[in-house]
Amino acid sequence: MSPALREKLVQGITALLLLTVPLWVGYVGGYTDLASRVLIYALAAMGLNLLLGFTGGLSFGHAAYFGLGAYGTGLMLDYVTGNTLLALAVGTLTGGLAALILAPIAVRRRGIYFSMITIAIGQMFYFIAVRWNSFTGGEDGLTGFTRQPILGVTLSGTVFYYMVLLFFGLGALLLWTILHSPLGHTFVAIRENQKRLTFLGIRVERYIALSFAISGVVCALAGGLNALLDNFASPDDLRYTLSGNFLIIVVLGGMRNFWGPLVGAAIFVLVQNYVSAITQNWMTVIGLVFVLSVMFFPLGVLGFFRRRSRS
Amino acid sequence: MLLDIVFNAFNGLIQGSFYALMAIGLSLILGLNGVINFAHGTFMALAGYFAFTLVPYTGFWGALVLGPILAGAIGYIVEQLIIRRLYLRDPLYSLLATFGLALIMQDLLRTIWGAQGLPLAIPDFLNQPVSNTYFFVTGYRLLVVALAVISTGALFATLRFTRLGVRIRAGNADLETIAALGVNIYLLRSANFVLGIMFAGLAGILAAGQLGLTPTMGDQLIMPSFVAIVVGGVGSLFGSLVGGLIIGIASGVTTAFFPAASEVVIYLIMGLTLIIRPRGLFGQEGLFE
Amino acid sequence: MTDQSSKTGKVGRRGLLKSGAAIGAGIGAGLSAAPMAAMAQSTGPIKIGHIDSTTGNFAVLGDSAIKGSKMATMELNAKGGILGRKVDLLVEDDAGLPATGLDKASRLLDQDNVDFFIGTTNSAVSLAVAKFAMDHNRVFVCSGGHVDSLTGSACNWATFRVCSTTWMLTGGDSKTLYDKFGKKWYFLTTDYAFGHSEQADYTKQVTGYGGTIAGGALVPVGTTDFSSYLIQVKAAAPDVLCLLLAGDDQINAMKQITQFGINKTVHVAGALFELEQIAALPEAARYGTWTFEWYWNQPGVPHVAEFVARYKKLYPGLYPSARSWFGYVSVHALALACAKAGSTGAPAVAKALEGLVLPPEIALQPSAPMFRAEDHQLLLGMFPGSVNQHGTYPHMFNVFNYVPGATLALPADQTGCTISYPA
Repeated sequence: MSPALREKLVQGITALLLLTVPLWVGYVGGYTDLASRVLIYALAAMGLNLLLGFTGGLSFGHAAYFGLGAYGTGLMLDYVTGNTLLALAVGTLTGGLAALILAPIAVRRRGIYFSMITIAIGQMFYFIAVRWNSFTGGEDGLTGFTRQPILGVTLSGTVFYYMVLLFFGLGALLLWTILHSPLGHTFVAIRENQKRLTFLGIRVERYIALSFAISGVVCALAGGLNALLDNFASPDDLRYTLSGNFLIIVVLGGMRNFWGPLVGAAIFVLVQNYVSAITQNWMTVIGLVFVLSVMFFPLGVLGFFRRRSRS
Repeated sequence: MLLDIVFNAFNGLIQGSFYALMAIGLSLILGLNGVINFAHGTFMALAGYFAFTLVPYTGFWGALVLGPILAGAIGYIVEQLIIRRLYLRDPLYSLLATFGLALIMQDLLRTIWGAQGLPLAIPDFLNQPVSNTYFFVTGYRLLVVALAVISTGALFATLRFTRLGVRIRAGNADLETIAALGVNIYLLRSANFVLGIMFAGLAGILAAGQLGLTPTMGDQLIMPSFVAIVVGGVGSLFGSLVGGLIIGIASGVTTAFFPAASEVVIYLIMGLTLIIRPRGLFGQEGLFE
Repeated sequence: MTDQSSKTGKVGRRGLLKSGAAIGAGIGAGLSAAPMAAMAQSTGPIKIGHIDSTTGNFAVLGDSAIKGSKMATMELNAKGGILGRKVDLLVEDDAGLPATGLDKASRLLDQDNVDFFIGTTNSAVSLAVAKFAMDHNRVFVCSGGHVDSLTGSACNWATFRVCSTTWMLTGGDSKTLYDKFGKKWYFLTTDYAFGHSEQADYTKQVTGYGGTIAGGALVPVGTTDFSSYLIQVKAAAPDVLCLLLAGDDQINAMKQITQFGINKTVHVAGALFELEQIAALPEAARYGTWTFEWYWNQPGVPHVAEFVARYKKLYPGLYPSARSWFGYVSVHALALACAKAGSTGAPAVAKALEGLVLPPEIALQPSAPMFRAEDHQLLLGMFPGSVNQHGTYPHMFNVFNYVPGATLALPADQTGCTISYPA
């Protein structure tokens, strides 16, 4: 079988599996909301991967934009509108706007320094959410909103899963389109050799900032969906630990691979869910996933299989 | 009112010296090892728990010396098993490895010593104010400041005057060159990592004396030190020291007027620094890029 | 990296669009299969999902609650279970985080099809699970989240609470404190819903007796350094310093108060304090007047000593805390309600819990607490007292007196709760 054909086959099977989740998920010990969570985290991680894997920017603060999307969506439903889609749109724009404004500040530095700045910026939003009680619900998180029916359709667990799948598809399409445009090629060129591009007179900083902002928008969309899934937004949606989780999802699946984050999210969410039901020491297991995967599978699951199939 | 500000500024200075102590350990490891050590806070807790176990046998002072050494020993093992293998890779990997390591260590601490808070007993004479007017200056807080001053002083002297110190500084500036000059950079990096962890251990024990021990105690303490490093300038130990003091004072003063903003203010300072002087107060241009 | 470029060439945008179109087709297929409702089991075990913290900031408290619920489950099974069916207790860790709590709730429901939910220590988790349980037609007996609104403005037909409201906690000792230690009060209050409502409640009660409020500061959750606040306390020179802080914050504050010598001139007091917390304090920092929600040492009260003995036998070296009792009551209350209703159906059990009076062997205190029908709050009594500075575990607390819950709770028409059952 030619590699191209096999690739198509794998994609077809994946699409089929995703579309039929509510039919089989119960038989393998899962549940629909869990599948929604996988897709949401995968979407966020794919957004992050535009910056991380394809532009080479190591952000450790993307939970901030995820969380802003969640709070934006929740606050809209709480205070302004009963229109779920409008709330989601506003949430996405809130997170995206924050990323757009902060990106130019963060990209003034690179490498580890860039990571440190993104962590700190993320934590700033965390503290605002925790401290601004009267507006955000503080430590208790934002409650009191429920996803409202769209065009008369009640968003039950199953319907909502398909809504998430739809947005996942749209987000993936957006990222795919960008990566295959001249803009995307510039991003990858920056990752490969930033100096050369600088010498060619390209304003590298601007492109990294743009990649940062786009990935922020996608994370915010995922965050908004997450708030709708839980009917709840938590300060932990903004915290650096979640940023760390997104990074490991990317690495786990394979960060040079467009669909890597989907694989990573499935592994991460399922492991966390199952292990924490079995043992109190689930943190050790998750920690081992981090340590072992960076030590032995730096290219991630997809990278690992691809390399094997080649040799 | 003015007195209030002075009190709180002074108080912030005490707090800031503590941030500085943590920031210097982080900064050492960040500099020569090129690793953002997310497990730094957990190493603090680890040393605190070691001290807790040691106090009945060695007393507080013995534990204060032995705790950081034991934490450093664990740090050495971690460096050999994990960190060392990641030096040649993208910083992403070491960062995620220490992040995962923090989870594992926290879980082990909880399993061994339990999730409940444990008190670390400190000598009674330290547990008093030194004067009635300045009742917020307790013997213990003076000790924290004194140890911060002594240990950073000792560190700077080591870096300035010993062969190891010269190599660490040279390695910070240009690792490839000193490797080419025949310095065993792996050994150097191990030593440096252990040194950084020992600073974390010292800070951890001092914090535990004030706050008590929980497996997660380091989590909330460590973030201001990240900011201190960014403000002071990545790569500059002196910058980390100054950064720690600045944010300590700023959050101390803010607490007096607007407690809810006492954390956000340090991030605002950071943002301002980045806009006005992107490399930080004492950072060198072009380092780590 | 060649991986990326090789990938791009092969699939192309068209492939992606195709799968996008397929999504639409799949939605139809998925929807029709959606109502895969689990069959009601009427012969298998009765499943109780206990969501609580075994990791995170509330782990110690959550552990005690779980010990209590496990003990109750064993007792029930030894006597033939509930309605002749065995009881399965399924414990899940919420790590003190609402999102994790919700994850675990969906897991318990979808995968294990639990009949009831109990547990939660963090108020935010309690509120989140309460809503989830109601949405999915399950009764939730909250063992440990104190936030007023759970049996107030955010109450619902399916949610019951064993532990007290913050209002009851403050009422437990305010009168005693006022009479014993003075009129001029100062507050250090956690800056979140729990703290705000406690301070409002104390202020109302103290000014009602004729006292004054000398000042107060809202302290962010997770504050480790209290010196700035204590500088202000010293300046205000109150009679009573009232600490309304959560968990570790309270412990940190108390240590620093001792170090600054403030407790020599000011009486330190507050609402809730727990056995687990006192044990974590160094001796110098054990002081003050507080309220316990349940205490193991109640000489002369029937069944209490036996309960303590059974607990110690099951968990060697440990004494039951208020949290253990909450967990214990949560399971037994469900068992009693099922027996009363003769069913495990959610509305029937909820109706049966309304007005349910705990029998003495479960109440384990001088009066008999009842789940009030109007707001589903258990009217448990309070044990105000002082910390026993030189005591050793478990002799950490001296109870002044016992205050029955019915005299403490807000009247039912003032809680802001209206219960309405689904049609």
